[in-house]
Amino acid sequence: MAPPHVPASAGDLTPELLGTSEWSDQLVAAAGIPMYDIPFLTVGGGMGSFVTLDYLRIYGVPASQMRVVSNIDTPWQTYEFLTRCSQIPRSERIRSDSASRPDNIWGFPSYALQETWTDKTPAYLWQLLTEPLLNDYWTPRAGTVFQSLEREAKRIDYWDMLVKGQVRMVRRRAGGGYFTVVTPPEGSAPTKRIIFRSRFVHIAIGYPGLKFLPDLQEFRTKHGDYQHVVNAYEPHEQVYEFLKTRPGTVVIRGGGIVASRVLQRLFDDREKFRLQTQIVHIFRTFVTGSHGPHVWARRKGGDGWAYQGFNYPKSVWGGQLKAQMRRLEGAERAAKYKEMGGTNTPYRRRWQEQMRAGRSGGYYHPVQGTVDRVERGSDGRLVSYVRSSDGIVREPVADYIIDCTGLEADIAEHRIYDDLLRHGGAYRNPVGRLEVERHFEVKGTASGDGVLYASGSATLGGYFPGVDTFLGLQIAAQEIADDLARRGFVRRMGPFRSTSQWFKWAFNSPV
Amino acid sequence: MVPTLAGRIQTRLFLLATVGAIITLLIVPVLPGSSGALGDRYVTGFLVLAAVAVLGVAWELVYHFLMQFRWEKDWPTLFGLLTLVPEGLLLYFLLRSGAVDVIDPVPSAAFWTHFTVVWVGVWLVANGPMRVPFIRWRFRGGRVL
Repeated sequence: MAPPHVPASAGDLTPELLGTSEWSDQLVAAAGIPMYDIPFLTVGGGMGSFVTLDYLRIYGVPASQMRVVSNIDTPWQTYEFLTRCSQIPRSERIRSDSASRPDNIWGFPSYALQETWTDKTPAYLWQLLTEPLLNDYWTPRAGTVFQSLEREAKRIDYWDMLVKGQVRMVRRRAGGGYFTVVTPPEGSAPTKRIIFRSRFVHIAIGYPGLKFLPDLQEFRTKHGDYQHVVNAYEPHEQVYEFLKTRPGTVVIRGGGIVASRVLQRLFDDREKFRLQTQIVHIFRTFVTGSHGPHVWARRKGGDGWAYQGFNYPKSVWGGQLKAQMRRLEGAERAAKYKEMGGTNTPYRRRWQEQMRAGRSGGYYHPVQGTVDRVERGSDGRLVSYVRSSDGIVREPVADYIIDCTGLEADIAEHRIYDDLLRHGGAYRNPVGRLEVERHFEVKGTASGDGVLYASGSATLGGYFPGVDTFLGLQIAAQEIADDLARRGFVRRMGPFRSTSQWFKWAFNSPV
Repeated sequence: MVPTLAGRIQTRLFLLATVGAIITLLIVPVLPGSSGALGDRYVTGFLVLAAVAVLGVAWELVYHFLMQFRWEKDWPTLFGLLTLVPEGLLLYFLLRSGAVDVIDPVPSAAFWTHFTVVWVGVWLVANGPMRVPFIRWRFRGGRVL
């Protein structure tokens, strides 16, 4: 990294900078913000940044040529926080395929082979062989994923590339490339901001934010109650603790994987601590069986749920759906997304047993309905006004409501995206997120010989659908690495380098 | 790997021509029940391999059609293994009936040993090691080209 060009004055954004979409070197220098040159910069520092750096390191880019700007210390920090809140501690299994390994670009050996070896449990191989026909999909423990990530992060010198800070914006540079404005942690730099000047920038800042169901948001705002109406992605251990002290009722909203997880926790606790918990589960769309327009597009379902092994049909990561979507534009693409979309959860034998027992035992009540509003009853508990499609209105009373819908906020709520949409030339795709090329360049943002890439949830709706998944991030990273190879930043990796690099991975030696 | 039609066919041809050919080279001298000059046995062995490839293209069309009934358009690992039964039986009866007369009669034990070992070898490679040299293969539905 070249030494910074340190100017004399204040070191903060000026009105002139804020109002100008394309900055010149002189304009930045005049603002007095220290500037560092780095050819490739990734913004985010979560899973998306990590797998992209992993690919590029393995392709042959030295660590000195790349930086990652992040406000978290490890790439899995946010992921682990969200999985832990949604009831997946390190010992539990996540919903991800055995061969989707963010720490291993080849996906071989898969997690199942690794855990078979470490746990000395050949039964995993049998499950892998017979999934999903005779068994549930084999999925890795969250802990296995985090441990392997740590090993790989060390191997590729991840922490040598990490720069702590909050990215404020990315602006185009007159003459090519980009300026990335970073607010470093207080006291760590002489100025309020620092700037990276780069030819290539990659944005992987994840979900722009959580969005609550409108009726729940209204209740929370009106009553200032953030304890009894919670989102499953927030820490909400108080719910389970309360239920251990006295019998209570919980309303669950949503029909996805998180609802399944929260249900499992409630059922497990009920069994383990002999609790009397009652569960009312409200599905807006109540799936009663196989559903879909024709025999070639029919997904299984029942008891409220739509069943699917992973969060997209498997062929989006390399099969037919991936190939089809790559060719579609505009309304056709949006329609295809709609056809394969919809909230779903895997069919897991354990969960099915628990729900069956709950229904027959009279403590699990799945219902279809939309909630008009939530109010506080005279005893202080929560009353939901639920209207079913058959006209019946129910008013379940609960101690807690857990929102498991996992709605995502609009991308413009994140200021980096907002700035890109306003100043960077970026625009929205048919489903409202960032429109990217097949190689994940953000359309409309090219700057001279520089390129701006994005991967992750913000790019859902593009030519590749499975963006916010481990394997999807790797597919994006590979497209980006190959595009960078076309532009001469690194050599494209062929079978020989790939094989020798795989051996380095296997022996945990540096790239 | 979740295949597309082109990917299925390419993967089959590629793996038979590489893994299949290597296994055939190694296994033909020790196949049970076979007799005659080693050179002739090799010719027969490779013709059987070629027949698996040629018939396989038709089989892949059938599998691709059947896959359309699956919501995920996937092809579970176990299917890839178990399809050796119908494919093996068809080829075996074709050879037995003399329908493929360019191939000399093959003793049952030799045929099934050769066929099964090649099949399992190809299946194992397709389910993991293939991804080591070819990092783009699994994301392209199994296309090699």
